Amino acid sequence: MDDHQLETIIGQLLRAGVLLAAATVLAGGVLYLVRHSGDRVNYHSFVAAEPDTHTLTGIVGSAAHGDSAAIMQIGLLLLVLTPVARVAVAGVGFLLERDRLYFVVSLIVLVILVFSLLRAT
Amino acid sequence: MTALEFTLVVLALSALAGFLGALTGLGGGVVVVPALTLALGVDMKYAIGASLVSVIATSSGAAAAYVREGFSSIRIGMFLEIATTIGAIVGALLASRVSTHALAIIFGLVLLQAAYLSFKGQPQEAARVESDALAKRLRMGGAYPVAGAREQYGVRHVPGGFGMMFGAGALSGLLGIGSGAVKVIAMDRIMRIPFKVSTTTSNFMIGVTAAASAGLYLKHGYINPHVAMPVMLGVLGGALLGAKVLVHARVKTLRLVFGVVILALAIEMIVNGITGKV
Repeated sequence: MDDHQLETIIGQLLRAGVLLAAATVLAGGVLYLVRHSGDRVNYHSFVAAEPDTHTLTGIVGSAAHGDSAAIMQIGLLLLVLTPVARVAVAGVGFLLERDRLYFVVSLIVLVILVFSLLRAT
Repeated sequence: MTALEFTLVVLALSALAGFLGALTGLGGGVVVVPALTLALGVDMKYAIGASLVSVIATSSGAAAAYVREGFSSIRIGMFLEIATTIGAIVGALLASRVSTHALAIIFGLVLLQAAYLSFKGQPQEAARVESDALAKRLRMGGAYPVAGAREQYGVRHVPGGFGMMFGAGALSGLLGIGSGAVKVIAMDRIMRIPFKVSTTTSNFMIGVTAAASAGLYLKHGYINPHVAMPVMLGVLGGALLGAKVLVHARVKTLRLVFGVVILALAIEMIVNGITGKV
C-alpha cells in the first residue's frame, strides 16, 4: 500500500458514502411528500427532539415500520458516518504503510469522533 | 405553508446556495442558514442543524475528487483534525447554552468576514518555504501538482496553525458551518502551505470536523429530517453543478455579487439578533 493507493481508496469511499446517504434521504423524502404533501408545516419555534428520533434503536425501529422521517434520519446518519469511516480507513492504510506516527494520529481522531457520537446517542 | 411548498422552496434556495458557494469557494452553509431563518422564519437551531449535514455532504463529495488528484494532504489534514474535532465538540456544547439571538449576532459577524474575503479576492501566492523542525518531525511537507509536474512544499508554525484550527472547529460546531475560510487562513497564512493545497485540505477536513459535532446536534434535536432533507439534497446538487461550470464562470464578477448578498445578510442577521426577531 502506498499513498496514492490510499488516496484512491479514500476518494471512492467518500463518493460511495455520500451517494448512499443522498439516495436514502431522497427515498425517505419522496415517501414523506407522497404521504404528507398537504400538511401545514412551520418550523418557527424549536421543539426538543423526541427520543425515538435521535436514539439509534428508535430510528432503526421506526424506519423498519416504513416511517419516512426515520428513513431520512438513517440517510443523514450514513452521511455523518462517512467521514468517520474515512478516518478509520486512513488509519488502517497508515498501519499497512508502517507509518506508526500517522496511525496513532488517525486513532486519536477516531476516538474523539466515536466518543462524541456514542456520548450523544 | 404546506409540506410540499416548504420542501420545494427550501430545495431551490439550498441549490442556489450550494451553486454559489461552490463557484466562489465560500461554501453553501454560510448562505443557507440566513436564507432559512430570514426568508422562511425557520428557527436558527433547525437551520444550523440542516446546514451541518449539508456541509458534510458537499465536503465529502468534493474531497473525493481532490484527494484522488493529489492536491489535499491526508497527513496534514489528519493531524489538524485533532484540533478541529475537539474544537467542534466545544462549539456544539456552547451552541446549546447560547441564546438564539447571540447565535444570530455571531453568525452575522462570520458573514461580515466572508463578505470581506469575497471582495478582496484570492491572496497572492507566497514564496515556498523549508519545513521547520517540528513540521519535519511530523513529516508534513509534501508535493502537489503544478502544471503537470509535482512541486515540493514545506510547512512551518505547526502550533499556531493547530491553535487556529481549534478555533475553526469551535466556530463550525457553534454555527453548523464548515468554517473553511478560517481553516484556509490557518494553513495558507500561518503554516505557509500552498493555497491550492490549503483549500483542498480544508475541504477534506470539513466533513470530519462537522461529524464531531453532529452527535450533539442529533441528541438535542437540531437535525430535523424534514428541514435537513431538502437542504442537504439541494446544497449537494447545487455544489456538484457549481463545480462543473466553475471552469467557464467569470468568478471575479460573481464574487463581488455574492459579496454584496452576504453583506446584506450579515447586517440583517445582526440587526435581527439585536432586536430579538431571530
